[in-house]
Amino acid sequence: MSDLVKGSTGDWEVVIGLEVHAQVTSNAKLFSGASASFGAAPNENVSLVDAAMPGMLPVINRECVYQAIRTGLGLKAQINLTSVFDRKNYFYADLPQGYQISQFKDPIVGEGSLRIVMADGNTRDIGIERLHLEQDAGKSMHDQHPSKSYIDLNRTGVALMEIVSRPDMRSAAEAAAYVRKLRSILRYLGTCDGNMEEGSLRADVNVSVRRPGGPLGTRTETKNLNSLRFIQMAIDYEVVRQIEIIEDGGEIDQETRLFDTSTGRTRTMRSKEDAHDYRYFPDPDLLPMVVSQDEVDALAAALPELPDEIRDRLMGEYGLSAYDASVITEERDTARYYEAASEGYDRKLVANWMTVELFGALNKSGKSLDDCPIAPEQLGALVGLISDGTISGRIAKDVFADMFETGKSAANIVDEKGLKQVSDSGAIEALIDQVLAANQDKVEDYRGGKDKLFGFFVGQVMKQSGGQANPGMVNQILRSKLDRV
Amino acid sequence: MADLLDLNAVEAREALDKKAISAVELVTAYVGAAEATSALNNYVVLTADHALAMAADADKRIAGGTAGLLEGLPIGVKDLFCTKGVSSTACSNILKGFTPPYESTVTANLWAAGGVMLGKLNCDEFAMGSGNETSAFGPAINPWQGNDKTNLVPGGSSGGSASAVAARSALMATGTDTGGSIRQPAAFCGVVGLKPTYGRCSRWGIIAFASSLDQAGPFTRTVADNALMMTAMASHDAKDSTSTQTPLQDLMGAVGAGVKGMKIGVPREYVMDGMDNEVVRLWEQGQAWLKDAGAELVDVSLPHTKYALPTYYIIAPAEASSNLARYDGVRYGMRVEAETLDGMYEATRAAGFGDEVQRRIMIGTYVLSAGYYDAYYLKAQKVRRLIKQDFDTAFEKVDALLTPATPSAAFPVGRKIDDPVTNYLNDVFTVPANLAGLPGIAVPGGLTSDGLPLGLQVLGRPFDEASLYRVAGVIEAVAGFTQTPARMAGGTA
Repeated sequence: MSDLVKGSTGDWEVVIGLEVHAQVTSNAKLFSGASASFGAAPNENVSLVDAAMPGMLPVINRECVYQAIRTGLGLKAQINLTSVFDRKNYFYADLPQGYQISQFKDPIVGEGSLRIVMADGNTRDIGIERLHLEQDAGKSMHDQHPSKSYIDLNRTGVALMEIVSRPDMRSAAEAAAYVRKLRSILRYLGTCDGNMEEGSLRADVNVSVRRPGGPLGTRTETKNLNSLRFIQMAIDYEVVRQIEIIEDGGEIDQETRLFDTSTGRTRTMRSKEDAHDYRYFPDPDLLPMVVSQDEVDALAAALPELPDEIRDRLMGEYGLSAYDASVITEERDTARYYEAASEGYDRKLVANWMTVELFGALNKSGKSLDDCPIAPEQLGALVGLISDGTISGRIAKDVFADMFETGKSAANIVDEKGLKQVSDSGAIEALIDQVLAANQDKVEDYRGGKDKLFGFFVGQVMKQSGGQANPGMVNQILRSKLDRV
Repeated sequence: MADLLDLNAVEAREALDKKAISAVELVTAYVGAAEATSALNNYVVLTADHALAMAADADKRIAGGTAGLLEGLPIGVKDLFCTKGVSSTACSNILKGFTPPYESTVTANLWAAGGVMLGKLNCDEFAMGSGNETSAFGPAINPWQGNDKTNLVPGGSSGGSASAVAARSALMATGTDTGGSIRQPAAFCGVVGLKPTYGRCSRWGIIAFASSLDQAGPFTRTVADNALMMTAMASHDAKDSTSTQTPLQDLMGAVGAGVKGMKIGVPREYVMDGMDNEVVRLWEQGQAWLKDAGAELVDVSLPHTKYALPTYYIIAPAEASSNLARYDGVRYGMRVEAETLDGMYEATRAAGFGDEVQRRIMIGTYVLSAGYYDAYYLKAQKVRRLIKQDFDTAFEKVDALLTPATPSAAFPVGRKIDDPVTNYLNDVFTVPANLAGLPGIAVPGGLTSDGLPLGLQVLGRPFDEASLYRVAGVIEAVAGFTQTPARMAGGTA
């Protein structure tokens, strides 16, 4: 395996497991009617239940349960028709109840799997151990007052899905691919917006190293990483740190670590000895949560087509490369755009134009597909003009730039600017005659054996035609004229 | 005014409907009674002005012909219920000054039925106690006295409720029962107290002690009054996930229905060392009464009874240790400042919670801890299921069970408070029904030779409160318990 890491004493294998916390897309919180929206003024979205007022009781928000089941179905996972909410007890100022309602022993979703695609097109199936529902905590702000902390309970009680992978990943790149794919599935399903900057998706990373094929090493858990880049940086740092410690004769402490985004390093948050005893027990305010197979079946029937299915179709039916198919299907909107754009045109060519020209232009202009000036049908039509020989690929690039700028259709631009490819053999012959007459010396050299000059003549002819001459015909006619003697 | 206080709830309703009395007159009499018996310390807040305003509204509805089930009846509320705009503290220092902006479902139901709130009643701190001696407001006193005239406990935790109904400073009162906190004080004070089936009354807005055991219920002077109040209290509540949708039976109709043809079980395990002979005699007397009234007595066994108390004292503290974590000084109630967050928690909770509450939080924390969970909490949950199965088996053969309500009559204030284990034995006959989620009623059966009331307990199938009222109705009618306590407001005795 190429993922092995070289140490001073030999090769090391990296073992990574991820716990991803995904905020459930829902109007209300997991156990209260308060709004779960982002961006409200501090403590605006707080119900009596969220603030843990005396005598208040949690009532499950069924929609959050359905979102978890949809996600489970998307991960091809076991759906548990009976699951149990437990209390995880600890004291903190942004945890008003003094416990978090979570699922410990009996989660709503059991084992599943997720397929990742690496840049080289290789795929790997990563095991999902479980998915459970739990409440988010509030937010503490320690920098607003010299001696006090400020608490915002808006996030308190918002529904999270904790999605736990098996320790199946072997590199930071695989971990990133896993999170990217998980995010993609969540967004397809509409169960989490996947917005990492707003904290809707965060990951805890478990890392250990071992000799290839050897027993598992001691792992560390680095908490609360909120970007793909930080996830990879934290893993890379941990791998180097752990290998150095072991190779120096030390031992890895099983501990919880924090990633410092300013230094790119991880540091100890709490050791195993300081680990909380959370005193989990079933929440007596809630009955075991029961869903019927009919409910699950109805949710399954209404599930959208997921990236893997679309990807298989793009590769199987349309002949796209594994990489292009993955890039196009990562986002549901991109896949939709592609399907609309390529309908009736050369599927592979449209994929090319989309991944190279369109994504390039969007990137450069800071736009997203939502505000893309080129409609999918317009991109398809442009590719159509290339395919039927109306314009050359080179001219098409100019037309594309114009389209992106003005939003006009390719046909319009080609007409207005007279960019239609010249395929009239008489006209091309006349251009060639002009070029040959003006370069008699080079004609002699060519005929004297300097074959490489052929390219020069092609270039001159294309230049004279303003790029519009049909390159195939130019080649053919030019060769017949030069070689005729 | 003595005449007004003599009326039980059913009689008062009739008098109000006939306009023989007004709600304002009735409530005024009870406010006066509460003030006159203030030495019993059974009220922690008297809401006299509020009560009179509610009574005036009740009179308007009576005049308008829209009287509710409890229209104009003065009701005391255990301080464990959150009442909108009125101090609600669970009789704990940690909630001193807490005034909820919301009304518990149970009390809201009572006010919607026309009931009038007199005030908040004393109880054990967070309902943890069997003598109302752990209250931050000091002990409530039992209006009954033995020959030596010492102050007796009214029982607990709903001691204020039982004391007030017995002393006629409340016509009716709410209580909560987690391990016997309605039935034991009802028995100690010679009144009727029902713990409904778990899920029958909403827990929303009741300060939680042990969520899987807590259940609200009524205290009244008579069995019929109890059925009346219960009918108004109970409701399905979407805000409580453990609230039942099972329809309520005709409870009023059950009271006089008799026990002819009913099978009444007598559990042979409900005998314990040190139990008063007078308690045993009353139990036997109760069996004879029911037999004479046409019931068939059946000897039944509930083999896991002896494990009920230890099981309860694991599960209840475990849930309490978690339920009481929210009293942290951050958002409401008491706060004792300190340098650090943990320091503030420690100082606040050390100052705010009394000894018994702290003891149970520590026990609960211990039994849920890593390494002890399986041996204590998990084992207790298993035993709890066995106890439930005992009852299920018994109820295949019988319609209800008759047991003593308590192993003794009321004891003097201060005698047991320093001996928690002995104190816990008070709940020995009441705890199993909480563990199994069953309804139970305590009804007065007679007096000890020392002149103190003793009660009998009837247990029934889940959601079969009607059978309890049938049996309790017969006991009440035959026992002829008409004696009244020494320290009663406006008493004619």
